[in-house]
Amino acid sequence: MSEQFPPVLRESATFDRLTIQEIQRAAETGIYDIRGGGTKRRVPHFDDLLLLGASVSRYPLEGYREKCGTDVVLGNRFAKKPIHLKIPVTIAGMSFGALSANAKEALGRGATIAGTSTTTGDGGMTPEERGQSQHLVYQYLPSRYGMNPDDLRKADAIEIVLGQGAKPGGGGMLLGMKVTERVAGMRTLPIGVDQRSACRHPDWTGPDDLAIKIAEIREITDWEKPIYVKIGASRPYYDVKLAVKAGADVIVLDGMQGGTAATQEVFIEHVGIPILPAIPQAVQALQEMGMHRKVQLIVSGGIRNGADVAKAMALGADAVAIGTAALIALGDNHPRLDSELKKIGSAAGFYDDWQNGRDPAGITTQDPALAKCLNPEEAGRRLANYLRVLVLEAQTMARACGKSHLHNLDPEDLVALTVEAAAMARVPLAGTAWVPGQAQY
Amino acid sequence: MKTIDLSSTSVRVLNQSLHGEVQDLEWQVTHPGGKHNLAVGINAAVAVDIEGHAGYYCAGMNQQASVTVHGNVGVGVAENMMSGLVRVKGSASQAAGATAHGGLLVIEGDAGARCGISMKGVDIVVGGNIGHMSCFMGQAGRLVVCGDAGDALGDSLYEVRIYVKGSVQSLGSDCIQKDMRAEHLQELQELLNKAGLDHKAADFKRYGSARQLYNFKVDNASAY
Repeated sequence: MSEQFPPVLRESATFDRLTIQEIQRAAETGIYDIRGGGTKRRVPHFDDLLLLGASVSRYPLEGYREKCGTDVVLGNRFAKKPIHLKIPVTIAGMSFGALSANAKEALGRGATIAGTSTTTGDGGMTPEERGQSQHLVYQYLPSRYGMNPDDLRKADAIEIVLGQGAKPGGGGMLLGMKVTERVAGMRTLPIGVDQRSACRHPDWTGPDDLAIKIAEIREITDWEKPIYVKIGASRPYYDVKLAVKAGADVIVLDGMQGGTAATQEVFIEHVGIPILPAIPQAVQALQEMGMHRKVQLIVSGGIRNGADVAKAMALGADAVAIGTAALIALGDNHPRLDSELKKIGSAAGFYDDWQNGRDPAGITTQDPALAKCLNPEEAGRRLANYLRVLVLEAQTMARACGKSHLHNLDPEDLVALTVEAAAMARVPLAGTAWVPGQAQY
Repeated sequence: MKTIDLSSTSVRVLNQSLHGEVQDLEWQVTHPGGKHNLAVGINAAVAVDIEGHAGYYCAGMNQQASVTVHGNVGVGVAENMMSGLVRVKGSASQAAGATAHGGLLVIEGDAGARCGISMKGVDIVVGGNIGHMSCFMGQAGRLVVCGDAGDALGDSLYEVRIYVKGSVQSLGSDCIQKDMRAEHLQELQELLNKAGLDHKAADFKRYGSARQLYNFKVDNASAY
């Protein structure tokens, strides 16, 4: 090789450094990589959509002067006591066990201040969470850890979980370091086991059985509480139709960007679809059944700001749910924790080992000393602030589109920046009338 | 005794009558006709006799009540029961006693697949046989089988103690036969007596968890 042409190090697109490192790690350990969070790969998302502000052909509303409503009623199909929220941004299901009791309390506090609901998770309902949550949704999961009829009656709504976006088709896990005496007691498990959660419900199979299961829960709770069905986005068109037919009041649809407390990296990155293409499929299913806006649709998976909220609602969602963003608002991955995170091989902005219980923020841990690092009142206030910003931003977008309520946003307010996003969201490519995959007239 | 005739009264009326402050302590349900969700969510020390066959989730999430079904039951009888007694005079479909935390479930006939799946403290006594994958991921409680057990009994078991009088077609992952010590003979005989089934504890074998799958190990990959 001459000095004129020195050797060039060329990285393989197929075997890039990350891939090589993972093969080496797998060869050393013999076990798959487990982490928290949602997909890290770039997938078509709300960033690939733009809202069309009003001008001559549309009439905008005056910011700060003309009202833009934000409230939402969830579960008025069958339930005697539907939930009326002030804002259409809810807190997604996250378990006590995956999160500390302080974190769960903070979620309840923040949600209540902002006028929205929070949700339990695998492992049952804690008194801290119930006590601080004005609107609490109780998850009914395949494992039924901590499930009992007393808590079912205390809940404001019940969410039957069929899957989640990070791992549709997969069960859960809670590694032994987080299965402390209290967590194990609530789940009726030996202390310190690597807890496995089932991927299928133990006492029903298929949509016909689901209808009977929903009816059972309605009977037990005297038809008072809304019943949600949560689906991990994979085949939302069919899943939504079957869940609505089975009697769901509300559909919760979680895309692959949705977080998990602990799941195999390969599962997170390769199973399920993003929330962007999932919403139009779900809305189509609801519309074909004449149930759009009658059975409410809550979507989640990568909601970060008010623009995401507005775009999700313009696509047809009635509300959104946040999980990862809520944890960040509480204090997860905060720059002040950088030195502590570096001690455990991570850094602020990168920490995703939510499964190992060593979170210096005191959020994804069961270590009493670490859990004390999170002040639930202060963290709850931060979450409430963040929720307010999400709503203010979404209102700003809606007013610019001339809408007096967030629910009045619709797909005509959207265009796409890429052909892929246009096809998935079923809105025109910006500057054209072209919706890929749709018949042209 | 209060009687509710399901040929002329809805299941919803039955269940709502059994919730809250219940005045009558004895209830009779006639013409159940295999309807689903009968006597679910009771939280009172009442006795309920269902005079015929019941569908899915009969006596689901029971607390305190004593429910007797004079017939067969569908899927998930006494699912997630917390306390009380549920007795099935006939046979039960799959997932009997699923995830139940407490109380006693007696099935005098046979039980289908996944009997006691994810049970969390309940005692289940089956007079006849049980189907495959029974006690899958069973966490706590006791399962007694006076007949035979199907394939993969006790797969991925945690801390349930299983007693079987007859044959076991196969054991699931991490489930093994264990010694029958004096304390096991005693608790089993007490359970049989409580269930009103005439068997001798000494004729049973005990099965439980080998506890090898409690923590992830590379060498167990094929068992997960």
